[in-house]
Formats: sequence, structure tokens, C-alpha cells
Amino acid sequence: MTSSRHRPSGADIETPAAPLLRAVGLHKRFGPTVALRRAGLTVRPGEIVAVMGPSGSGKSTLLHCVAGILRPDEGRVCYAGRRIDDLSDDDRSRLRRTAFGFVFQFGQLINELTAAENVALPLLLEGTKRREAMQRAHAWLETMSIADLHSRRPHEMSGGQAQRVAVARAMATEPRVVFADEPTGSLDSVSGTAVLDAFTAVARAHRVAVVMVTHEPRVAAYASRTVVVRDGRVPDSDDDGGGVAS
Amino acid sequence: MSVRLALLGLLSGASSHGYRLKSRYDDVLDPDGSVPAAQIYATLSRLERDGLVRQAETTQDGGPPRRVYQLTEAGRCEIDRWLAAPVEPAPELQALLYTKVVLSIIAGRRIEPLLDAQREAHLVRMRELTGMRQSQGLARKILAEYALFHLEADLKWLDLVAEQVTELVAGVETDRRAADR
Repeated sequence: MTSSRHRPSGADIETPAAPLLRAVGLHKRFGPTVALRRAGLTVRPGEIVAVMGPSGSGKSTLLHCVAGILRPDEGRVCYAGRRIDDLSDDDRSRLRRTAFGFVFQFGQLINELTAAENVALPLLLEGTKRREAMQRAHAWLETMSIADLHSRRPHEMSGGQAQRVAVARAMATEPRVVFADEPTGSLDSVSGTAVLDAFTAVARAHRVAVVMVTHEPRVAAYASRTVVVRDGRVPDSDDDGGGVAS
Repeated sequence: MSVRLALLGLLSGASSHGYRLKSRYDDVLDPDGSVPAAQIYATLSRLERDGLVRQAETTQDGGPPRRVYQLTEAGRCEIDRWLAAPVEPAPELQALLYTKVVLSIIAGRRIEPLLDAQREAHLVRMRELTGMRQSQGLARKILAEYALFHLEADLKWLDLVAEQVTELVAGVETDRRAADR
């Protein structure tokens, strides 16, 4: 159920021929359970793609394989034309820190750090000087309209505020792709809508591609395209077959 | 919902006569029985005149003779085309969507393609409304929200139907056998 023909708003209309991310023929097994069967996904620069599917369909596994968190048993994943599924663990970690950002269902902020320190953390890990990292963190908090929360710790924030911090953290390294797994799954619909408005606006403004796993149609409606995972397959994908597995 | 399409849908499951079509119509589509029997018979005559159904035989099970109708090729084409097309996504379309799902099951069609087409049509409309929400004034934003919540409810219902296809088909089959006895 892909729909590339319909695009609601301007920022991600351009779709250059070269995909930013391309996963082909992915198989993934957990013990006796097959989570992915020849699944594929293509993401172009700056586009927002929703990945939907029933519980247990394999949509989170697909996201984790494409994002280099999990290594697929078969198939391949290319980022910017370069194969990444066969990189060493260290190289994949570095890629995840520099080129990718992540937003999870429960924020996964570090409780002992303030909002600004949470946002600065990935920059510090990459060797940015503390002063500069904190300045950039403050700028991202401002972009997400939560500059006044900079010194609060996660337990002093609402769920929606914490997710805005998580989005700021994901954007801080200026990634080319942000992966979001049920980004508003723990929020009520009003806070969820506000977070998604801010998240997708900032992603479009910075031409950052977003791959968003969700089971909620209202969340998927923010994307320019939806792919559906069923039983480990992406039925309409043009990448899910054809002897391309490694 | 037109009685005409409903009758074509019911007949695409099996040939039947007017009296049985009326009770089947009431069972699955119109529990209030608001459509009079005369309208069912008149509609059947018009469908016959238009070449969409024909009389197959006349049965007489101890009672009065009954004309049994069956679909013609043209009738089958018409109902197949209608059942395959998704309903235009608008809030509160449940009656028509429900009718298509039920008639598809009765007709022995796979309903997954209809559910997929409907989901896609809904998501396209929801993307438009989400775009409107982000770019319009407060009044339109609130109206778009209203439509989004209703379309989302439709989609949840479609998911529920998709999960229960096997049971739904078995249930319709059991009802049909009971009605035939």
C-alpha cells in the first residue's frame, strides 16, 4: 500500500533518483520465529515514510535492520550508495551516531541529565567541545519551542515535553535520517499531535528523511508515503524479492 | 445505498427468488426491515428489463410458484466493479462500507483487496487533512481534526474486519445454509 503519487505538502516533493537508504531482500529470524521475509524499503532524501502493520508484523525489526541496530540474516542495506549491513559493529555504531538520529516511544532520555545535557550528549560523544555542544543543544531546544525547559530533568517534564527533547536530541547531530519507533505511542492524542507537528516541521525544514514506525493512521498521515509490513513482508515493495540477498 | 446494487450483490452469491432475497436483505443489510417487499420485486423487474438479471426457473415448494433470478454476465460485471471500488473517504460512511464488506463476503469475493484499497483511500485523505491542519486557520483545523478522528475510527474498524475475515465468511455461509433450509 505505497502511495508515492500523493504528496500533501511541498518540502519533500523532490525525489532525486538516488535513494538515501535502500534495503533489499531482508530476512531476519529470532530463534524459530521469522520476523522478516524478503522485506525491502527505500527512503529518498528528505522524505517522510511511515511503516505500518499489525503487532508482530515485523515493522520494528525492519526499522532496526535498516537503521543498522540489527544485522539482517540475509539481504543488504545501503546508505548513500554504500553497503552498511556488513560493517563491523564499531563502524555501524559510528554511522548511527553521525548520520542517523533516533526517537523512541518512551524518549529514553537519561534521567540524571538536564534537557540541554541530553540533547548535547550525542555531540559530546562525537568529540564536540562542551561549550559548543551546549550552545547547539540550546538552539535545538528553542527550535522545538522548549527553550525554557533546558535545566529540567526528564522526571520534571510532561511526556510531550520529554518527546520534544528526544526529537531535539535526534536532530542535534544534523543527521540525514531520523528513525522513530512509535514516537507518540505513550502520549495522549493532543500532546502527540503537537509533538508530530513540531517533529515533521523541523524534519522538512532541514530536509531530514524520517522513517516512522507506527500503528496509528493519524501518525502515518504525517508521512508522504506509507509502507505496510505484513507477516514480515512488504507486499508492495519493489525491493522485496529477486535474488538480491547476499 | 441502492437496493439495486444490494440485490445484485446478494444474487452474486447464489440464484434466489424475491421472497428469499427480501429476507436475506433484511438479515444482513436492513435489520429494521424498512424496505417493503414490493420495492424488492419492482427492483428485480427493472434489473431484468436492464439485462442485469434473468429468470432461471420457477420453483414451487408446496407454496405459490416463485421465480428464481440469477445474474447475467452484465450484472456480474456491474456488481464486481462496484464492490472493488473503495468508498470515497468521508466521515460517517459506515453504512456503505459495511454493505460492501458484507456483499463481498456473500459474493464469495476475497475482501482483502477491497480493505487494502479502502485503507489506501483513507490514508490519502488523512494526509490531505493533516496538511490542511498544519496550514489553515483554527476553524478549518478543528474541522480537519474531526474528520481525522472519524477516518481513523473507520480504519480501526477495517483492521478489525481484516482480522476476522475467516470467521465472517464462515458465519455468512452458516446463515445461508440456514436460510436455504
